[in-house]
Amino acid sequence: MTTAIQLSPQDTIERGLDLAAAAGASGCVVLVAESSSANLRWANNTLTTNGAMRGSRVTVIATVGAGEGTAAGVVGRSSTTDSSLRELVSAAVDAARSSSPAEDARPLIDGTVGSGWDEEPDETSVNVYAEFAPALGEALTQAGKENRWLYGFADHEVVTLYVGSSTGLRLRHSLPRGFVSATGKSGDLSQSAWVGAATRDFSDIDPLAIDTELTRRLGWASRTVSVEPGRHATVLPPAAVADLVTFLFWQLEGRDAYEGRSVFSKPSGGTRIGEALSPHRVSLRSDPNLAGLETFPFAVARSSGGSSSVFDNGLTLSATDWIRGGKLENLMQSRFTAELTGAPAVTPPIDNFALSVNGATGTTDDLVAGLDNGLLLTCLWYIRPVDPQTLLLTGLTRDGVYLVENGEVTGAVNNFRFNESPVDLLARFTAAGATVPSFSREWGDEFSRTATPPLLVPDFNMSSVSQAS
Amino acid sequence: MPEVDASFLVLPRHELAGAALQRAKDLGATFAEFRLERIRSESISLRDGVLESARDDEDLGLAVRVIHDGTWGFAAGVALTTDEAVRVAEQAVHMAQVSRPINSEPIELADEPVYDDVSWVSSYEIDPLSLPRSEKVALLTDWSNRLLQADGVSHVTAHVDSINECKFYANSEGTSTTQQRVRIGPTIEAVAVDAETGRFDSMASCAPPAGRGWEYMTGTGWNWDEELAQIPGWLAEKMVAPSVEAGSYDLVIDPTNLWLTIHESIGHATELDRALGYEANYAGTSFATIDKLGSLQYGSPVMHVTGDRTAENGLSTIGYDDEGVAGQQWDLVKDGILVGYQVDRRMAKVNEERLGTGRSNGCAFADSAGHIPIQRMANVSLQPAVDGPSTEELISRVKNGIYIVGDKSWSIDMQRYNFQFTGQRFYKITDGKLDGQLRDVAYQATTTDFWGSMEAVGGPETYQLGGALNCGKAQPGQTGAVSHGCPSVLFRDVRILNTTQEAGR
Repeated sequence: MTTAIQLSPQDTIERGLDLAAAAGASGCVVLVAESSSANLRWANNTLTTNGAMRGSRVTVIATVGAGEGTAAGVVGRSSTTDSSLRELVSAAVDAARSSSPAEDARPLIDGTVGSGWDEEPDETSVNVYAEFAPALGEALTQAGKENRWLYGFADHEVVTLYVGSSTGLRLRHSLPRGFVSATGKSGDLSQSAWVGAATRDFSDIDPLAIDTELTRRLGWASRTVSVEPGRHATVLPPAAVADLVTFLFWQLEGRDAYEGRSVFSKPSGGTRIGEALSPHRVSLRSDPNLAGLETFPFAVARSSGGSSSVFDNGLTLSATDWIRGGKLENLMQSRFTAELTGAPAVTPPIDNFALSVNGATGTTDDLVAGLDNGLLLTCLWYIRPVDPQTLLLTGLTRDGVYLVENGEVTGAVNNFRFNESPVDLLARFTAAGATVPSFSREWGDEFSRTATPPLLVPDFNMSSVSQAS
Repeated sequence: MPEVDASFLVLPRHELAGAALQRAKDLGATFAEFRLERIRSESISLRDGVLESARDDEDLGLAVRVIHDGTWGFAAGVALTTDEAVRVAEQAVHMAQVSRPINSEPIELADEPVYDDVSWVSSYEIDPLSLPRSEKVALLTDWSNRLLQADGVSHVTAHVDSINECKFYANSEGTSTTQQRVRIGPTIEAVAVDAETGRFDSMASCAPPAGRGWEYMTGTGWNWDEELAQIPGWLAEKMVAPSVEAGSYDLVIDPTNLWLTIHESIGHATELDRALGYEANYAGTSFATIDKLGSLQYGSPVMHVTGDRTAENGLSTIGYDDEGVAGQQWDLVKDGILVGYQVDRRMAKVNEERLGTGRSNGCAFADSAGHIPIQRMANVSLQPAVDGPSTEELISRVKNGIYIVGDKSWSIDMQRYNFQFTGQRFYKITDGKLDGQLRDVAYQATTTDFWGSMEAVGGPETYQLGGALNCGKAQPGQTGAVSHGCPSVLFRDVRILNTTQEAGR
């Protein structure tokens, strides 16, 4: 054990590819993800947990056979040494040998040595909070003095991914990702407010400003009003739109739609590609180079599924319109599913999206200013599918539902359970604002690269009252 | 009786722990604990009888948590060397130092006896990871083909997750435990697509994940042959079933559905960390706050709910938790009244007076070496009535109602009041007899109203363990596996929604 040698990511890949070839694999892809993260969590105005973690994940995809007879074996390990790498590669080759031919088998992606290949992994540490932590301490103390409770979480991670293949691919890409999510409650816990934001380095996150915004929102709750369930004119801020549209985004799987089992299936067979989903000029687009939402510019797949394939690792990703001009334009497709379903293009999943409405300007506050009587939400929670046929989702409003009268917030109202389909909402909204970076309350911890507009929906379906506060 | 895998026992666990705990102590930590954890898992998916994906993974690493100057510090790493163990201990202390200014409550822990070098292994027969991949794929292929060959089945997805978890724990008080758990989670679902209307629906197996080995897939604990033979017929009947009329109905709920309602509306609501607000920014809080302990009318007098770490084949069953506390069983709700919580050592200490005991009930868990232990759910189970009725007898007491089988959609608010669930099958009950399936059904209620409307619990012969592998909690997010036992239950006057109408169709 003590003689085992830790390998660099590049050495892991070179040795892994050599070992696979020696073991008789016809092809091989090795992915090495080096990650580091640091987090702080607080509740009831004090720290509750924290952590500084370092992780490593090596995934070996070995293939045997050729053409349509190619089988794949996929094995992952959290860390490898020179001796365990041998075992890992041999397990992957054995797995491929004992598997039937893969349906999605395609030639591995060709490539060359990309820029920065030789560089070490980037890292983060608790030092990313050098300014944030003392300011947070100040905010917590202040909240205690002013009879307010603060709860929240700050996380920062850096992942450096290395991909190498027997077909010459050598890619390195590093991505930072961070976010803060903060809840404020009144002294008697009867009112709640929330603020969340994604960040790349915490330089743009100010705990005192967050506390100020939470305090403003708690102030709106100095008047409370009961509102009955029913269909209400409702302003959804960008966070709530991200809560709903992220779920829609994940349903864009090409194969499910083709097989007649998704909201994007056409009743008479085939998919709804080309069909208008909205009368508005709505666009839903992913692009690895979206400013501020940058993500991996090549396909990364540790398992195959209805829109991804392990054979596609390293495939260059380019900007993809899922919805354009209100029309469904593309579904997510691997090379295999694109061919299977007769899709117009190979359009693998990309780890970000921007929803926008052509020509829409203004903010959530502007939509509120234009509303005579209705509700303003903060964010949504516990969103789950109820009926995949319509993509009916259920969930709750959370941490602040406000009454809007004559263009102004005039009080806080109770929470609701909703039943709504994000696909229907794209057809039913009557006003939108400009698209801005957003942080989904429900999904942001795992999927934070979103940009969405605020929307006004004239008849949002609040199914029942939730007593939660 | 299986033993801890030799390949885990050869790792230098005591040596690494010794180095880390000593370094933490030298740096002034008043308490320190070390974990070495290895999780091996395999995930196999088939689509329409063809292998779609098979992957095996191993997560191996070490972690150190300290109390330094009254503040927690946690760090984790992956290299299994004494240098790395020392580095991680140093990092944990550094984390505590950086965090000190934002900590206003000095950390103290409830006492627990010392367990010196003890071992524990869960109850299973065959470790799934010890079998050849081809054998497992062949079984899922056979299951898929049985369904695909039936009339009306358009597609079949089949999946199995197998997990082998080895964990070594040692703390500065002298406890050290070495444990191994095996669990398995099979799913299989048939999909029907009506070519004319485009309407589609599905029917899945009700088999829950279980703290068992591969023997579960071949008939121990679940009758696969019988269920697979019935799924196509159930699906066909559902495709032509009438849509439910929304309104208020009496419900008989099968354990295959009710376990999830228990999980959401009792399991999470009786987690003390939630009741105290620790999860307010994420998973949420609880309406069942500690001031109501001993007085809150949670449900009707027939309601008896226990928490345990001891049920055989339970997904949350273990010998010792991630703070070195031995597994126990205790009451959460008795005679319909809230009487207990799930706690860890810190919460047990701080709330000793209110809880009436100064001992943790062993609910501290981390889902992997890379994560900090948090309060996680025990097996939370609704106890059956001794000599209680059968499911048929419960159904016979209903004039106009619905019998609900299998879980599907679930959602509950952040204080665990308002929930909505669907299911796999909904049978209309007319004059005490099943009267064909209904579709588009969801039930919606407020927790205490719902459990208050519980008229009768079934007898021990209706009792089954359900459960989930993927319960989510905390930031950074952690997943937990947990089982919930319950009998069939009769509820009066529960709100039923028509989900098509809810969609505005």
